[in-house]
Amino acid sequence: MPGSIRRYGTEMVHRTEQSERIIEALAEGEAIRGRSLWEDAKRRFFRNNAAIGALICLGLVVLFTVVGPLFSQWSIEEIDWARMGNIAGEGHPSIESGHYFGLDGLGRDLYARTIQATRTSLIVGVIGAFVAVVIGTLYGAFAGFVGGWVDNVMMRIVDVLISIPYMFIIILLMVMFERSFFMLFVGIGIVSWLDMSRIVRGQTLSLKNREFVEAATTAGVGRFTIILRHIVPNLLGIVVVYATLLVPLMILVESFISFLGLGVQEPNTSLGALISEGAGTVIYGTPWQIACPIFFFLVTIISLFFVGDGLRDALDPKDR
Amino acid sequence: MSIIEFTNLSVSFDTPDGAVKAVKDVSFRIDRGECLGVVGESGAGKSQTFLAAMGLLANNGRTSGSVRFGGRELLGLTPKEANRVRGAELAMIFQDPLTALTPHLTVAQQMAEVLSTHRGTRGADAERICLEWLERVQIAEAKRRLRQYPHELSGGMRQRVMIAMAMLCSPKLLIADEPTTALDATVQAEILDLMARLQAEENTAIALITHDMGVVARMCDRVEVMRLGAFVESGNVEDIFHAPQHDYTKMLLDSMPRLDQAKPQASPEVMSAGAILKVRDLKVNFPIKLDRGLFGRAAMLRAVDGVSFDLAPGETLGIVGESGGGKSTLARAVLRLLPETHGSVTWLGKELTMLEGKALTKERRNLQIVFQDPLASLNPRMTISASIAEPLRTFQPTLTSRERKIKVAEMMERVGLDQRMINRYPHELSGGQNQRVGIARAMINRPMLVICDEAVSALDVSIQSQIIELLKELQADMGLSMLFISHDLSVVRDISHRIMVLYLGQVVELAGRDALYSAPEHPYTRMLISAAPIPDPRVERTRNRIRIPGELSSPLEPAAALRFLPSRRGQPDYRPRLQEVRPGHWVAEHDPLEAILAARASSGMPRAAVD
Amino acid sequence: MTAYIMRRILVAVPTLVILIVLCFFLMQVAPGGPFTSERPLPPQVLANIEARYGLDQPLWKQMWDYLAGIVTRFDFGPSFAYRDRDVNDIIAQGFPVTLTYGLISFVIATLAGMGVGVVAAIRHNTWLDYIAVGATFSAQALPNFVMAPILVIVFTWQLGWLPGGGWNGGQWQYLVMPVIALSTSYVASITRITRSSMLETLNSSFIRTARAKGLPEHKVIWRHAMKPAMLPVVSYLGPTFVAMITGSVVIDVYFSTGGIGRAYVDSALNRDYAVMLGVTILYGGLTVLFNLLVDVAYAWLDPKIRY
Repeated sequence: MPGSIRRYGTEMVHRTEQSERIIEALAEGEAIRGRSLWEDAKRRFFRNNAAIGALICLGLVVLFTVVGPLFSQWSIEEIDWARMGNIAGEGHPSIESGHYFGLDGLGRDLYARTIQATRTSLIVGVIGAFVAVVIGTLYGAFAGFVGGWVDNVMMRIVDVLISIPYMFIIILLMVMFERSFFMLFVGIGIVSWLDMSRIVRGQTLSLKNREFVEAATTAGVGRFTIILRHIVPNLLGIVVVYATLLVPLMILVESFISFLGLGVQEPNTSLGALISEGAGTVIYGTPWQIACPIFFFLVTIISLFFVGDGLRDALDPKDR
Repeated sequence: MSIIEFTNLSVSFDTPDGAVKAVKDVSFRIDRGECLGVVGESGAGKSQTFLAAMGLLANNGRTSGSVRFGGRELLGLTPKEANRVRGAELAMIFQDPLTALTPHLTVAQQMAEVLSTHRGTRGADAERICLEWLERVQIAEAKRRLRQYPHELSGGMRQRVMIAMAMLCSPKLLIADEPTTALDATVQAEILDLMARLQAEENTAIALITHDMGVVARMCDRVEVMRLGAFVESGNVEDIFHAPQHDYTKMLLDSMPRLDQAKPQASPEVMSAGAILKVRDLKVNFPIKLDRGLFGRAAMLRAVDGVSFDLAPGETLGIVGESGGGKSTLARAVLRLLPETHGSVTWLGKELTMLEGKALTKERRNLQIVFQDPLASLNPRMTISASIAEPLRTFQPTLTSRERKIKVAEMMERVGLDQRMINRYPHELSGGQNQRVGIARAMINRPMLVICDEAVSALDVSIQSQIIELLKELQADMGLSMLFISHDLSVVRDISHRIMVLYLGQVVELAGRDALYSAPEHPYTRMLISAAPIPDPRVERTRNRIRIPGELSSPLEPAAALRFLPSRRGQPDYRPRLQEVRPGHWVAEHDPLEAILAARASSGMPRAAVD
Repeated sequence: MTAYIMRRILVAVPTLVILIVLCFFLMQVAPGGPFTSERPLPPQVLANIEARYGLDQPLWKQMWDYLAGIVTRFDFGPSFAYRDRDVNDIIAQGFPVTLTYGLISFVIATLAGMGVGVVAAIRHNTWLDYIAVGATFSAQALPNFVMAPILVIVFTWQLGWLPGGGWNGGQWQYLVMPVIALSTSYVASITRITRSSMLETLNSSFIRTARAKGLPEHKVIWRHAMKPAMLPVVSYLGPTFVAMITGSVVIDVYFSTGGIGRAYVDSALNRDYAVMLGVTILYGGLTVLFNLLVDVAYAWLDPKIRY
C-alpha cells in the first residue's frame, strides 16, 4: 500500500539514532536472563529434600555397582569350597574371609553376586523403560498428531492390548525364545509402552490444538519444524517424568520373573532371583542371604519412586 | 437497617512464601432489601471478602475483624453453627454454573436437600416447593428439569437452578459472585432481570460481586469499589458514576467502552478501492458424536453456515455474536487453519482455498492472528523474543540474527514492551504484557490483515482499553485491515468501521457501526444491543429492552437455525437470505418480532414471553 | 446406558479373540515343538503323537478347532506334558484355590485403600494424613515377592503364629499371609490414588456450593464428593486386577497353596504350552470380564458417560 511505504521511508531517516539506542537496551537485556520452565523445574526439584536425598541414595547404589567389583575378592561363580560345608556357621558376612555379604546357598560370594544382581536390575530397568518410552512416545505422538481415523484405530489397538495380562505373555516369550537378556528387554519393553503411548497421545492432542501451534502455522512454520520446535519440547517434561517412573516398574517386572526362576539364567543373577534363593534358605539360619538383596532392592525402588515423584512435582504442567 | 456488617475484616493466606494479604481492613454494611455492588478488577479480593463471611475460605485462609449478620458474629463459627446460617439466611451463587452443581445428582435431589437440612421438609412436599421455585426462575419445562442432571441443562438454566436453590429458604442476603460473567449477553440480561425481580418480591438483599460497571449500573443501589484488597470508594450508584472521587474509579469508568457512545475511530476513512478480502458462501461443518443407538450417531454441526463478506484495505470489520455463533471458526477458516472448508476465500484476487504448500505460506506473511488467551498463544518454552522473531525467520530468512534482534526490539518498543525483557518467558509476564507479545508477533512483518479473535476478552478493563488503543494506533500506522471478533458489542463498536452479526454460523446483519447501533433491523441484533449493559445508571435504567425468551439447549436442534423465522419452521433446511435494506446495510430475512414471540409462546417455551 | 454397555461388550469380544489368536500363533512360531527332546523320537512315533494332538492338521484348522473348543465346550485341549490329564483338569484343580484368596485380597485391597485414602484426604495435612502418605509410599515398594518371605520370616520362623505354607481347605490361618502378601502394595497405590482424587474433588466448585448450602460435612462428603472422587479409583481397579492375577503366581509358588500358579510355572519350565496357553487365556478372559464390570461401575458413577 502506498501509505505504508511512505511511512516506512520516513522511518528510515530515524533509523540510525534509534537503532543505537535499541542496541544499547539490548545489551542491557542480554544481561537479564529469563527463567525458562526447565530452570523453574530444576529449582523446584532441588528444593525438594526427599527427592534430593533419594537421588543421592540412587547415586550411591550406582556407584556401588561400578566401584564395588574392585574390592571383590571372589567372582560370581567361584565356590568357596573351604566354607561351603558349613554355610550357616562360617558363611556369614565378614571382612576377614573376604565375603563382605557372606555366602549364598551354594557357597558363592554374595557380595559379588549382589553387585551383579543390582547391576542387572538397574540395566533391565533403564533399558526396558527406554524401549517402552521410545515406542510409546513415537506411537502416541504419531496417533495424536495425525488424528482422525488413524488415531482411532491405533488407540483401539492399545485398548485391546492393555486388557491382556501382559506378564503371562512375557513369560511365554521367555520360555519360547530361550531366557536371554535380550528377550527379557524386548519382552518387558514391548508390553510396557501402552500407558506411555496413551499419555503422550493425550498430551499431543491437546498441544496440537493449542493456540501457539496455530500461531506458528500462520507464521509460515512448516509442519516438521512445528513438531520439533513447538510440540516436542512441550512433550519432553511429561516424557521425562513417566520414563523415571517406568524404571522402578520395569525392575519390579524383571524381579518378579526372576523370582519365579524364569528370568536371567545362572550363573547370572538379578535381585529377584537372589531374593527367591534367600527366601528358600532362610530356614537354615542364613538371614543375610535374603537381607542383602532385599536391602538393595528396597533402596533402589524407593529412591526411584521418590525421584520420579519429585520430577513430577517439578515438571507436571498441572501445577501451573 | 443493616442486615450484615463487616468491620475491619482482613483475610490473609499462608503460603510457602509467607502470608499474602488478600483483603485489608474492610468495613461496610448491607441494608435490608438493597443491592450492593462490589466492583474491582481481578485480584481485588472481592470474592474472598464474602467467602470469609460464609466460612468458605480455603484451609490456609486466616481472618481478623468482625462480620455481624443479624446480630450474630459470623467469623470463628464452628462448621455446625455456620451450617445453620448458610443456605438458610445467607445464600451464595457462583460464577461458573458449569462446575458449581454436583454432576451426579439430579436437580431435584440437589434442591431438596436444602429443604431437608434447614426446614426438615422432605418427600412430596419438598418436591412441590422445588417445582414452584423452578417455575419462579422461569425454567422451561420445569417438571422435566427436576429429573435431569446438570450436564443436560444449558449454562443459563444451570444458573437459574443455582438461584432457585439459593432462594429456597428465602434468605435475607444473597451473595452473587460474578453470576453472569460466564454467560452470553442475552442470557446475562435475563438472569439479571430475574435477580432484580426476586430482590423486589422477596425483599432479599443482594451483594453483587462483579468486574462489569454495566451490570452495576443496571442492578445496584450502592457501590463499593475495591482495589488490591481495600475499598477505595463507596457511595450511591449515581454518585459513583457521575461524580467519582477516586482516581481508580475514574479510570475504571473511563476504560469501560460504551455501547451508546463510541470513541472516535483512528482512521475514519476507509479506502474504498475494492476489497482485499472476499469471502463467499463459506461453510465449515464439524461432525459431532451423539450417544444414540448401538454405534452412536454422528450429526453435522454447521459451525459456519454460508458466510459472505468483503473487507476493504485499512478497514476494520467487527464480528459479534454469542457462543456457538461460529466467530472463531470463521477466523480460522479464513486463515486456512482448518482442514476442511467449503466456499471461497479470495485474498488479493487469489483463491486462498486452492493454495497449498509454498504458495500458501507465501500468503500467510500478510495474514496474521491475535488470540484470546495470551498465555496459551505463546509457546511456554520459548523466550518472548524468540516467539516474536518466529515469523521473521520464515518470511525474511536473509536477515542476520543481529538484524532480526534489532527488528524484534523495535517492535517490542512499538507495542510498549521494555526491550530488556527479550530473554523473558511468557510465564514471567502479566496477561496484558503477553498480549502485547502476541500483537508484536502478528505485526512484525507488517501484514495487510490481522484477525483479532477475542483479543481483549481475557483482560481486565483497564488493560483492555490500552490494548485497543494500541491496535488502533498500529492500524493507523501500518494501514492494515482487521477482522475484530468479540462477544462484547461495546468493544466492537469502539474499534470497527462496519459490524457483522453472526447467529449460529449465519450472518443476520451487516452494517456500518453507527447504523447498526442506531437502527438495528434484525430482532437478534436488537436483542443483543438491548441486552448489553451500559455503564451509566441513568441511561441503563430507562432503556427499552427487547427480549425473546427461551434459551436453546443445543445448536443442533433443527428449530434453532430458524429461531427468527418461525414461519419457515416446516422447511428445516431453509436458510434466511440477506437483503439490502439500505445501501450497505444488509439484514437476514426474519419474521416480525410479534410473530417470533407468538411462536415462542405456542411452542411450550416459558411464560416469560408475556412478562 | 444399555447402548453403552452393549458397545463395551462389542469391544470385549474381539479382545478375547485377539488374545487367543495371538497366544496360539506365538506357540506356533516357538522354536522347537513340545515333543522335541534330547533323544529324538522315531519318526513314526512322532507322527502318531502329532496326529493325536491334531498337529498334522493345517494351521488354520488347528486354530479353528482350538478356538471352537474353548468357545463351545470351555475345553482347552490336552496337556502336552501329562499324558493322562488335560488342561481343564489342571485348571479345575488349582483355580478355586487361587480364586478364593485372590478375591479376598482384591476386596480387602480395594476397601482398605479407599477407606484410608478418603480419611487421609478429609484429614488433609494432619498427622494421620502424613502417616498414611509415608506408609503408602514405602509400601508401594513392597511387591508380593518381597512381602511373602518377610511375612514368613516374621510370623512363621520368629513368632511361630502362622503356618508357612499349604492350604488345608482354606482355613483362615492359611489365608492370612497370602492375602497380606498379595494386597499390600495395592492397598498402597489405591490409597494414594483415592487420596489425591478426593483432595481434588474436595477443592472443586460444586463442593463449595454444597457447603454454601449449609449441608453438614458428612453429607457433603458422602453425597457430593464420594462418587466423583471414585472415578479415577474405579478405572485403576482394572489394572490392579490384572496385577493381582499375575501376583497370585508368586503366592501359589511361594506358599504352596496348590493354586493354579504352581501348575503354570511348572508348565513354563516343562515347555508345556497347552497349559500355559490355557491359563493365559483363562486369565485374559477374566480380565476382559472384569474390565466390563469396571465400565458398568463407571457408567453408574458418572451420568455423563458416553462414548
